[in-house]
Amino acid sequence: MEKRPTLAVWKFSSCDGCQLSLLDVEDELLAIAERVQIAHFLEASSAIVAGPYDVSLVEGSITTPEEAERIKEVRAASRALVTIGACATAGGVQALRNYAEIDDYVAAVYASPEYISTLATSTPIADHVDVDFELRGCPINKQQLLELVSAMLQRRRPSIATHSVCLECKSRGIPCVMVSHGIPCLGPVTQAGCGAICPAYNRGCFGCFGPAESPNLASLEAWWRSLGVDEQGLQRALATFNVEAFRRERERANASHDQD
Amino acid sequence: MSAPTRRTIKTDYLARVEGEGAMSVRLVDGRVDEVELRIFEPPRFFEALLRGRSFLEAPDITSRICGICPVAYQMSSINAMEDLCGVEVSEPIRILRRLLYCGEWIESHALHVYMLHAPDFLGYSGAVEMAREHPDAVQRGLALKKTGNELMIVIGGREIHPVNVKVGGFYRAPTRRELLELVEPLERAREAAVETVRWTAGFEFPERAVECELVALADGDAYAIEQGRVVSDRGLGISVHDYGDHFYEEHVARSNALHSRRADGSTYLCGPLARYALSADRLSPLSREVAAEVGLEVPCRDAFRSIVVRSVELVYACDEALRLIADYEEPDAPAAEVEPRAGVGHGVTEAPRGLLYHRYELDGDGTILDAKIVPPTAQNQLAIEEDLRQVVDRYNDLSDDDLRHVCEQAIRNYDPCISCATHFLDLEIERA
Repeated sequence: MEKRPTLAVWKFSSCDGCQLSLLDVEDELLAIAERVQIAHFLEASSAIVAGPYDVSLVEGSITTPEEAERIKEVRAASRALVTIGACATAGGVQALRNYAEIDDYVAAVYASPEYISTLATSTPIADHVDVDFELRGCPINKQQLLELVSAMLQRRRPSIATHSVCLECKSRGIPCVMVSHGIPCLGPVTQAGCGAICPAYNRGCFGCFGPAESPNLASLEAWWRSLGVDEQGLQRALATFNVEAFRRERERANASHDQD
Repeated sequence: MSAPTRRTIKTDYLARVEGEGAMSVRLVDGRVDEVELRIFEPPRFFEALLRGRSFLEAPDITSRICGICPVAYQMSSINAMEDLCGVEVSEPIRILRRLLYCGEWIESHALHVYMLHAPDFLGYSGAVEMAREHPDAVQRGLALKKTGNELMIVIGGREIHPVNVKVGGFYRAPTRRELLELVEPLERAREAAVETVRWTAGFEFPERAVECELVALADGDAYAIEQGRVVSDRGLGISVHDYGDHFYEEHVARSNALHSRRADGSTYLCGPLARYALSADRLSPLSREVAAEVGLEVPCRDAFRSIVVRSVELVYACDEALRLIADYEEPDAPAAEVEPRAGVGHGVTEAPRGLLYHRYELDGDGTILDAKIVPPTAQNQLAIEEDLRQVVDRYNDLSDDDLRHVCEQAIRNYDPCISCATHFLDLEIERA
């Protein structure tokens, strides 16, 4: 029998939702398992095949000294390393600690802070090791995951759009919630991939897929102000699951503005 | 006198559970000396990062604690906010919430029964491996899980971290037509769930009993899911407002999870065994018939048989979803108006794994000043350790490998969700 490529799934600081997406492809799971050897996926199987692995899917962010070391081992054991989800690509909602005093955070939750080993920051995987591809989303989209796994196995680049959610609304024929209903929406600055589900449910996008390519944050800010959202409201909206990615975009925009 | 013989059994990374944890057991002269579940799932400090956020953000933010039971987090946080703000929601919104939660029970229970737990009983390392010899069973489980997910997609927008849920109700109420399309898949899922009960009831079970107090919600004539009073088999019966007077959490060195105890320090168990023990008479007629057909007694205190109880709950969740769809009328408004108030609100629901308690303190403009979240696995951790101790005592004549397997299975009986509890598992057995 031809040797099947191996797939490994790794977890760092996360909610398990993105790796669950692999089990949520109910119609394709067993077919995938025939073409690929699932060599390391602890949430699904206690069988572990030793590396190296052809493709590693990495979920979660780096938040402990142990994780900062373990990710290097995963990188060394992987031909291709792909990060899945907002935690792995941007630090996740737990990156809100990056803007607070970590000691306050530990004390707020734990009676005995001395038992807790944590880093002061939650950082994306790419801050620590080379990453071959990033799949956005909180959580990731199952169809994008299937495309990613197929592409990685065929050793081609995955076809994943980097435009904004606005184009998904247009292609689905969903009227703009900001223009027609006055609902603040992060769609213009957020990367597509979810299928514009929030606008489809009369809700403004809240940024699960992180910043789109070249987001016009200044224009968005003007829109939101005209809808009566204050600075705190905008800050809060950008400071959730992709807080670190949106902050880096805002800094980049401010820096280029300063040069003008 | 000779030196005591020591034996250590450990699992460094427990598989087929949600999250990262380890277990260690130390035996001295063949008797259990120490049992530890270590949760090294890193802390993510949700209770801290919620401070300063709007009360309206709690459902979306807390759902990110767990990708397997996000609806539980959304519903407990919403209950707490609506409790504090004095919000009454309409009957259709109540129906939609219970329906969405039924979807999560189906998805989560199907995942656990078929993909995480059944392989233990049949001797496989996972569902994919099991599928080679039991393809029909695995396909049945996947189909069940898919139906639960479909329910969540239609009502919530997506299956993991649904987007359509908010304090006061929903962003958009689904139409009757959208829900009616779920009837046929749910009827097939109900058949599959009945088959699941018969299938799991045929597994071999060691005869064992959990001795601690059983705690669950009670909700009038309904099998409690999205609301209720906190009750136990030892006479507890309290409003969620009084939860803090009857339960407390402690922080021990080995774990990033806090451990819950009853006020007198005793251990308790929540989840399917507790719900079934306290509310089996509120299950639908079909669920009770199937339970009776396979001889599942009330109460069932055998943690190994929790897989059968979960399967009965799968039948119930499908049955209940069908009833709710039949009763659904589209609401005039998808959500009630909500005005924030200063004060403290409490919310509790039955996550697939057991009680999930939330408490929030808000200021007058709805900013969260303080948050407390007590997930089911933190509540069950001591009961799991107690049970493990008994399991090791009973099976300590087994080889290390076999003993490790029994211990891992004993832990998976509880479907521990370590992602939730961090603030759970490695199995280490030390024979001293």
